[in-house]
Amino acid sequence: MTNHWTDLKHSDCVFLIGSNAAENHPISFKWILRARDKGATIIHMDPRFTRTSARADIHAYLRSGSDIAVFGGLISYILENKLFFKEYVVNYTNAALVVNKDYKFTDGLFSGFDDTSKKYDKKSWTFDLDENGVPVRDTTLKNPRCVINLLRQHYSRYTLDKVSQITGTPKEDLLKVYKAYAATGKPDKSGTMLYAMGQTQHTVGVQNIRAMSMIQLLLGNVGVAGGGINALRGESNVQGSTDHALLFHILPAYNPVPRASHDSLAVYNEKNTPKSADPKSVNWWQNRPKYMASLLKAMFPAPEPAVSFNYLPKLDEGQNASWLKLFDEMGKGKFKGFFAWGMNPACSGANSNKTRSAMTSLDWMVNVNIFENETGSFWKGPGMDPAKVKTEVFFLPCAVSIEKEGSVSNSGRLMQWRYAGPKPLGETKPDGDIIAELAIKVKALYAREGGKFAEPILASDPEGWTTNHVYDPHKVAKIINGYFLKDVKIGDTEYKAGTLVPSFAMLQADGSTSSGNWIYCGSYTEKGNMTARRDKTQTPMQAAIDLYPNWAWAWPVNRRIIYNRASVDPQGKPYAPQKAVIAWDAEKKAWVGDVVDGGGGPGEKHPFIMTSEGFGRLFGPGLVDGPFPEYYEPLECPVGKHPFSKQLHNPTALQFKEEYKAVCDPKFPFVCSTYRVTEHWQTGHMTRHSSWLLEAEPQMFCEMSPELAKLRGIQNGEKVILESARGSLWAMAIVTPRLKPFKVMGTTVHQVGIPWHFGWQFPENGAGGDAANLLTPSVGDPNTGIPETKAFMVNVRKA
Amino acid sequence: MPKTFFIDTTRCTACRGCQVACKEWKNLPAVPTKQTGTHQNPPDLTHFNLKLVRFSEHVEKNGKVSWYFFPDQCRHCLEAPCKQASSVEGAIIQDEATGAVIYTEKTAQEDFEIIRGACPYDIPRQNPETKRIVKCDMCSDRLKEGLLPMCVKSCAMGAMNFGERAEMLDLARKRLAEVKKAKPKAQLLNPDDVAVIYLVEDDPKKYHEFAVAQGPAQLTRKEMLAGAFAPFRRMVQAMQG
Repeated sequence: MTNHWTDLKHSDCVFLIGSNAAENHPISFKWILRARDKGATIIHMDPRFTRTSARADIHAYLRSGSDIAVFGGLISYILENKLFFKEYVVNYTNAALVVNKDYKFTDGLFSGFDDTSKKYDKKSWTFDLDENGVPVRDTTLKNPRCVINLLRQHYSRYTLDKVSQITGTPKEDLLKVYKAYAATGKPDKSGTMLYAMGQTQHTVGVQNIRAMSMIQLLLGNVGVAGGGINALRGESNVQGSTDHALLFHILPAYNPVPRASHDSLAVYNEKNTPKSADPKSVNWWQNRPKYMASLLKAMFPAPEPAVSFNYLPKLDEGQNASWLKLFDEMGKGKFKGFFAWGMNPACSGANSNKTRSAMTSLDWMVNVNIFENETGSFWKGPGMDPAKVKTEVFFLPCAVSIEKEGSVSNSGRLMQWRYAGPKPLGETKPDGDIIAELAIKVKALYAREGGKFAEPILASDPEGWTTNHVYDPHKVAKIINGYFLKDVKIGDTEYKAGTLVPSFAMLQADGSTSSGNWIYCGSYTEKGNMTARRDKTQTPMQAAIDLYPNWAWAWPVNRRIIYNRASVDPQGKPYAPQKAVIAWDAEKKAWVGDVVDGGGGPGEKHPFIMTSEGFGRLFGPGLVDGPFPEYYEPLECPVGKHPFSKQLHNPTALQFKEEYKAVCDPKFPFVCSTYRVTEHWQTGHMTRHSSWLLEAEPQMFCEMSPELAKLRGIQNGEKVILESARGSLWAMAIVTPRLKPFKVMGTTVHQVGIPWHFGWQFPENGAGGDAANLLTPSVGDPNTGIPETKAFMVNVRKA
Repeated sequence: MPKTFFIDTTRCTACRGCQVACKEWKNLPAVPTKQTGTHQNPPDLTHFNLKLVRFSEHVEKNGKVSWYFFPDQCRHCLEAPCKQASSVEGAIIQDEATGAVIYTEKTAQEDFEIIRGACPYDIPRQNPETKRIVKCDMCSDRLKEGLLPMCVKSCAMGAMNFGERAEMLDLARKRLAEVKKAKPKAQLLNPDDVAVIYLVEDDPKKYHEFAVAQGPAQLTRKEMLAGAFAPFRRMVQAMQG
């Protein structure tokens, strides 16, 4: 999130799209309902009418996968009706920048598309620079190649008629949503957009998020209280996991993973450190060399960073090692072993049959979990003959979250320390203990026996994570924060070697500091464990927006609302004084309120410090599939064309050519989506074992409209079979008017929905059902690889 | 002095936190359930389910869908008909301090049909093994320690509220006035007769058959016994014609 949970209370309009927050982030509704008490409007757009819709002021249906049409229509509505916050847009976004004359968009494709590789060459997606290398800005917005004019042109196709035609949303409902939300474009009003997997799990997932960000920038809703672009993370600590880079393409703190061609730290830094000639652009990633050097010293304490850089694993050029690719490679026998650690891929990964089959190629699997599960037990699952499976599975039972001490980083970037509750049962261990023991043993083996490329293992320091040979979360938290490795004087202050670095502003590129994760620098300092603080004191200004700056600690540098420099005018005066985030105190010559974004007084720096230009990106050249979000159908879809271009699908989507995808296939005529309920969590692995939760939601179900039920002769409560091109499963039918057929491109399109909380392993008699992912396709977003599990095609029939 | 619940269904998200928290606190076992085409599970109150979230969906005249949630529980009536119908000394008592209506182990000696029939809200259930009649006890054990009832503690939305009667009535009236602005049919259910006051935004019948008491909440003992072989509800309906 750019904002945080309690901040929701201060919104004038809460727009939930791609989120079913009342069900899946129930505590969010504590704050959203308090916003409603203060007069806020709650909007919910969803393919279904859910428990969130029941609490919304405005509900509108849309067919799964058609979100960009809605967003394009809203952008067009905002521009045409001049509802954008002009001063904000001109000063703080890249609306006024002039785009390369070679940039073009024609009939669904951007300039630079190569039909063979199915990739874009982005060389035309750039800005014109002046003689000093600074992007040209036309603040009159008259230049036809100004971003805002290209934006207007791009979304002029997204008329109400066309949007309604493809989404199935009635025009009057679209207008209701657009009118209510666009009203937050006033300087003193703010709207928040809340999203989750409903936006991300698509082959246009990242572009969905881009579209929402653009809407928020046009309305001046980024950096303000009650605004922002807010991902509701699906696990209590998944924010932490992405921050610490449990993803193939990044190192901790969002540094790109090195590629084979980066044969030295210097080359890596050269290729990955953006430059800016604009003195008003902070261009924060110019500091990357400091963060890389510090990360390397944290991981490998002894060698110089230039040496240990080559200890990092590197990807081949253009290599995609994301989840879908990983399991595809596994199925081809490319992996000997697999750690399935605190996850249940046999149920959670798209295309369960492919995933489960892939695991049979492994020599060994280590399954760290709290219960036996569909993954560790894959070899005895449905359709498996254990006698034919060679995989040796080691099951390591581990402690549950409340039995462990450590931190959890939530959606609002808030890192909160937790003490351990009950002692782990029997011989179960916390994950940290298991990792440390394993790493120490592996290192000892390499020391004794040698091995291929032993240097990185031998240079690592897992002993440093322990106290008395047991994993010590405080030690690791401090390593993550970082240390001065040499005595140094910065400004007027002397810092001693071995002391904790107070802020990432002090990290160095010369190997004299360490930090396991620069965005967490400042979380554990000589003042103590900032994340363990539970202090509710705040100034009246902070209290007015429920900032609670002394409660735990948020990255970066305890800033609670990021991009907050955009919440004030160029003189430092808040646009919304009643809910000010920062303000310039002219007497003190300092900012008050939240921690200001980037140094300098009012108007001295552009607010979007993480982009090299310093402006919020309406034109966004950073993604692989286009600088403007563009409408494409999901890769499995019910229509052969759409109104916006001839390009039916995202041409760069991640897919496996040999795998069939259902497009207007009468065998699979209905759109299916997958989702969650409050009562279960993720693959249901933990919650199916909780009898009170299973009592409330005992079995796999399929929600469908009465119209579809009639078509197939299905009664409420009877067993049905769902089939896709990849697999099939049974479910109990919930026939409900909360699902409606859609009118799409002149035809009736039915949609059904299923939860993904069930698995064959428990209840042991199979009464719960099996994984929704038996149906889902191995297709994904080209930027992240996230599977398109929110929109695919199925058949439904009586069992 | 008496405690009162104010349950604002316009804030309820049917998360089932209250339903599960009650069982967890009292260590009540799960009952076997099946997916029968609804999210309401178990389908009804049981001897192991003292708090149940009820779901009901409707299609309005304009085609719009509404989905109402009713977190059902014993009303702890100020003058409880079940207590009036009791024939076993000490089986059904009312806590003087809190007003909680409590079923003791002596309810095993009661005629279950009479007790159940006396309740306009159809709350009492019987444990088939012990024969005890059971229902919500206002978490009296928690109240003694200065804690909130478990369902109230678990609710993050502000749907479940609990406190002194005057305070809760005040809150209920304020919320009613606020909700009525957009929902003119909003009403409080039997606020003068019960210690568990629900706010609904529509006809109570659209929430649950027994959301609101139809007839008078109290009858004389003679009138009760006159209908001894017929459930109270049917008697009241007959009286009302």
